[in-house]
Amino acid sequence: MSDNKEIWVFIEQYHNEVADVSWELLGEAAKLAPAIKAKTAAIILGKNINTFVKETIAYGADKVYTIDNPILGDYQTETYSKAFLKLAKKYKPEIILLGATITGRDLASAVATKLETGLTADCTALEINEETKFLWQTRPAFGGNVMATIICKLKRPEMATVRPRVMEMPTADFKREGEIIREYFTLDEESLLARVLDFIPADNTDAAQIEKAEIIVAAGRGIGSADNFGLLRELADLLGADIGVSRPLVEMGWMPYSHQVGQTGKTVRPKLYLAVGISGAVQHLAGMRNSEVVIAINKDPEAPIFQVADYGIVGDLFVIVPELINAVKALKSQSEG
Amino acid sequence: MNIIVCIKQVPDTTQVRIDPKTNTLIRQGIPTIVNPYDLHALEAAVELKENHGGFITALTMGPPQAKEALKEAISAGCDGGVLLTDRAFAGSDTLATSYILSAAIRRLDADNKVDLIICGQQSIDGDTAQVGPGIAQRLNYSQLTYVSKIREMDIELGNVIVERRLENGTQVVSGRLPALITVVKEINEYRYASLANLIKAAKFEPIIWNQEYLKLDKSRIGLKGSPTTVRRIFAPPRKSSGEIVNYKSENSREIMKSIIDIISKVRQ
Ligand SMILES: Cc1cc2nc3c(=O)[nH]c(=O)nc-3n(C[C@H](O)[C@H](O)[C@H](O)COP(=O)(O)OP(=O)(O)OC[C@H]3O[C@@H](n4cnc5c(N)ncnc54)[C@H](O)[C@@H]3O)c2cc1C
Ligand SMILES: Nc1ncnc2c1ncn2[C@@H]1O[C@H](COP(=O)(O)O)[C@@H](O)[C@H]1O
Repeated sequence: MSDNKEIWVFIEQYHNEVADVSWELLGEAAKLAPAIKAKTAAIILGKNINTFVKETIAYGADKVYTIDNPILGDYQTETYSKAFLKLAKKYKPEIILLGATITGRDLASAVATKLETGLTADCTALEINEETKFLWQTRPAFGGNVMATIICKLKRPEMATVRPRVMEMPTADFKREGEIIREYFTLDEESLLARVLDFIPADNTDAAQIEKAEIIVAAGRGIGSADNFGLLRELADLLGADIGVSRPLVEMGWMPYSHQVGQTGKTVRPKLYLAVGISGAVQHLAGMRNSEVVIAINKDPEAPIFQVADYGIVGDLFVIVPELINAVKALKSQSEG
Repeated sequence: MNIIVCIKQVPDTTQVRIDPKTNTLIRQGIPTIVNPYDLHALEAAVELKENHGGFITALTMGPPQAKEALKEAISAGCDGGVLLTDRAFAGSDTLATSYILSAAIRRLDADNKVDLIICGQQSIDGDTAQVGPGIAQRLNYSQLTYVSKIREMDIELGNVIVERRLENGTQVVSGRLPALITVVKEINEYRYASLANLIKAAKFEPIIWNQEYLKLDKSRIGLKGSPTTVRRIFAPPRKSSGEIVNYKSENSREIMKSIIDIISKVRQ
């Protein structure tokens, strides 16, 4: 199949709501494709999936392979991996990309094992090497202290999961055209090893979606106590920003886990990340390094956060933040008045 | 019930660094620990045993020093420990590792039918979360990852019901035994060893198996059996240095203006 190579992207969806990382990966696949003269293809597995087939083409898929079957209504490793394997064995893609989400990682591991091929988890950069045409898959290792580039020389497909919000979101072009290939698949339901009994949606009242925020005001242990949080909230409200925190604040119970940024929290990619009283440990940087602009306020000039800051202010946050609040307020009344 | 817990000895990654001159990993003097996620796997096994009775075997693949990890497993309440060690295993990626571990589990299963394998969510050095699923696929066990709670364990019926913590909620799944589960930290609080278990651990000697004993296919283990290879390692990139200013009351207006400018640009 060397003349018609394909780069596949698994379209992750839950009850027909697509995870953004799928679109990000279609954008990335389109960037990689020319170097190996490949087409991009979206893989959609699910139940009643017609609603977003067109969208996958708009976001960059040249081809769409679908399996629409009631048995694929809820994600389950066994049903999804078997459906995916059926497609992969038939069409032999060159590269398979999935989101490094819980579902993406679960599925990718099962599929890679059955295909006896290599899988690189949690990539933050992908590139086709000009000489060898191997996929260079770069990812953090050892808790973010080290970056490693992994290649898979002999086995195909090359498989990788990629962290959400690391690749750029492409813009949808609904004039694009693509080919839709519908495949079928059956499984004896009686023989299944596992069944989904129920799904309990997360309590969304405070399950922050900071990974989608354009501006994040982030606080670290420097704010001293939970009582001082009001200051940060005021600033965030004025800026229309979401609040992010370093891990100690979650551990002390000042903020829920859904606000944690970092290696064991969320990866964010806002236009502006305003870090207040955060030292910038590698585990924290792992989650916010890709922010477009970073402003840091910290009283310690040696704090590592300054190494990733576009604009850093060395000083006491309890002086600077109130002043900033006043400055933003002044700006607002100006533009309104 | 018969439970196997897969544990990995890992370097304390908070201390791992790249030597900026040679671009190699500085390994010297870095302490090893039991992968923190695996402590929760051990705890989950001990809790199941407390409720259902049975036997827990800790299983690890690693260098001879990984025996220390098994000792910790014994002190946590495991009944036995198996160390898979062989020079030929060195350099195994997740595909080769899951092949070796599943071969050992087949051996254990032949002696005493396995009901459940428990792994940690992921290891802190590799961070891949691939080895657990790899084992499940090779053994054709129910694959239940990111488990935050074991709701019901019915050995008679051969069934387990678990909660899986997903990004947008909790999935409740019923799986047939034998099953492989990987656990998240939230599943339990790791209890430290009792004195009796510490004494047991001090005297403990693991069963040691090598490549030959497991009759492994040499082309599927170690570097040769690993499709992925590390092409290069490097220190995380630093952004080109931005502008850093010292706050003083004299320059505060200027600083505020700079911040406001950045904010205004971002919001356009
Ligand atoms: C396996 C592992 C995973 C981890 N995952 C994460 C993760 O996902 N996210 C995460 O954030 N951390 C994570 N950590 C923890 C991480 O190593 C750091 O401990 C943590 O990020 C530090 O948080 P901090 O910057 O808020 O606190 P500190 O390091 O204590 O820094 C506080 C900063 O505030 C400054 N400060 C104090 N007072 C003032 C003041 N009045 N004005 C201005 N500045 C002030 C200080 O100079 C200091 O730099 C992880 C650790 C491990 C081992
Ligand atoms: N060498 C090993 N020996 C035993 N168990 C392992 C080994 N490597 C990984 N595991 C298990 O697999 C889980 C996931 O590891 P990883 O795929 O490396 O992130 C770990 O939490 C362990 O339970």
